[in-house]
Amino acid sequence: MRYPRSPYGSIEFRGPAGLFDFLKGPFIAIQDFYLLTGRALRNVAARPHYGDDIVAQMDLIGVGSLPIVILTGLFAGAVMALQMSRALQQYGQVDQTGTLVSISLVRELGPVLTALMMAGRNSSGIASELGSMKVTEQIDAMRALGTDPIQKLVTPRMVATAVMLPLLTILADFIGMFGGWFVARFFLDLPSQQYWSTVWRALEWNDITQGLLKPFVFAFIISLVGCYYGLRTTGGTQGVGRATTQSMVAASVLILVLDFFLGKIFVSQAVS
Amino acid sequence: MAEDNESPVLRFDRVSVAFDTTPALSDVSFQAYEGESRVIMGATGSGKTVLLKTALGLQRPDSGTVYVFGKDISRMRERELFDIRSRIGMLFQESALFDSLNIEDNVSYPLLNQKSIHCPAEEVLPRVEEALKFVELEGTLEKFPSELSGGMRRRAAIARAVVTQPPLVLYDSPTAGLDPITANTIVALIVKERDLNKTTTLIVTYRYQDGNLVANFRYNPENGGLVPAGDGGGTAARTVFMVLREGRLVFEGRQAELEASQDPYISKFVKHRG
Repeated sequence: MRYPRSPYGSIEFRGPAGLFDFLKGPFIAIQDFYLLTGRALRNVAARPHYGDDIVAQMDLIGVGSLPIVILTGLFAGAVMALQMSRALQQYGQVDQTGTLVSISLVRELGPVLTALMMAGRNSSGIASELGSMKVTEQIDAMRALGTDPIQKLVTPRMVATAVMLPLLTILADFIGMFGGWFVARFFLDLPSQQYWSTVWRALEWNDITQGLLKPFVFAFIISLVGCYYGLRTTGGTQGVGRATTQSMVAASVLILVLDFFLGKIFVSQAVS
Repeated sequence: MAEDNESPVLRFDRVSVAFDTTPALSDVSFQAYEGESRVIMGATGSGKTVLLKTALGLQRPDSGTVYVFGKDISRMRERELFDIRSRIGMLFQESALFDSLNIEDNVSYPLLNQKSIHCPAEEVLPRVEEALKFVELEGTLEKFPSELSGGMRRRAAIARAVVTQPPLVLYDSPTAGLDPITANTIVALIVKERDLNKTTTLIVTYRYQDGNLVANFRYNPENGGLVPAGDGGGTAARTVFMVLREGRLVFEGRQAELEASQDPYISKFVKHRG
């Protein structure tokens, strides 16, 4: 089996052929991903800064994702209110719908759904853009012409996503609460004032920190996984397609896995 | 940096490059001197592109040493390499123009981004225009690479490669995928660049007629075309042919030796002459 050599250099692994060869690929991949992350982070402070690229990426990643984030948030909030009212009905607590909508949105659905949408839209977008540049030798040309591709391409995308995803998540949370209000008001016949007061009262600092930390962490996954798969693309247009799919799958899975662990940390903290 | 004519501009010393277990270059050694032209021929996958990328430091050799302008680049860090690369021009296969930038920004890219090239802001545009005039592509400043034909893209890429007037220029398959007439105009540009700026030139190609033009013709400044080297007293730059086969350098020598070779693989390239 052949693994493409990382374009940004890596520590070579040379072991006995055959034995544990199946582990070689994943290990090299993880190592390369860490190297890329390290360099991208180090470049945040290093010169030259590509401010224009950061702004352009913020527009593309952030503003460009507005419609999809608004739609996802709206319907996620609405459906939460609808389904939770069914569960609450059993305890005669339908008037507490706002509490459930609020907590589940801020802690869980807002960050995760927004991140998953962004993974579908931006991880794959970044991977296909950088992948096309890789297979047409534009990445090599960039290096030949005096630019570090990680500095010029990866770091701006990482910074832009890290700034925009938390903002988009806040927006999704609010829109989701509005969606929940719509259901509570018109389908569950709850007074608006009661809905909103339960929504606000439910939230604690722990929920808000969690709700803002998660998108910040997910932003790194979305941008760096996209860049990672893009930069290691080989094999022409077919390779670009493969990189696009892989990046989206990997980013989505990583988001869900990390979401569990982050949630675990915050829940134990809140309970103790 | 002082360079005497004795020290080679580019020197490969037993260089090997492998992709995992597949060798791309094995044990390649050669020296290219100032003002020399080298025509590198070989079948697809014989390591021609890897050789150029190794010379530019884009690809690190697994063993052996690469010297560019007398400096060992094989163990240099990426940031140190930028200084060396600013003195090398490279034309990539399929041009590799940045499709998000227009031709003006593409050609000015090395002037603005290479740290060791200190080009004052007001000189950037004139130099870009001059480089585009050199490749006869004036008036395309605002165009994007996707709006140009294959031959025009190749010319714009040559303009980008030579805009900094590097003493060493590498051309990766400059004529690949072009019709014979366009291909000849591209080779004529390469010869023009070589003769006007006295650059050391490495050309990767699979067309023998490209090598023939490079070896036996020179640029005539009077009519702006190519003339056979014997005419009018001028001589063509010293041209050495190299043939690669599966990563090995199987032939290195002058054109006459290449044509006299009995090796079936080597003579295959010469027979393409036409």
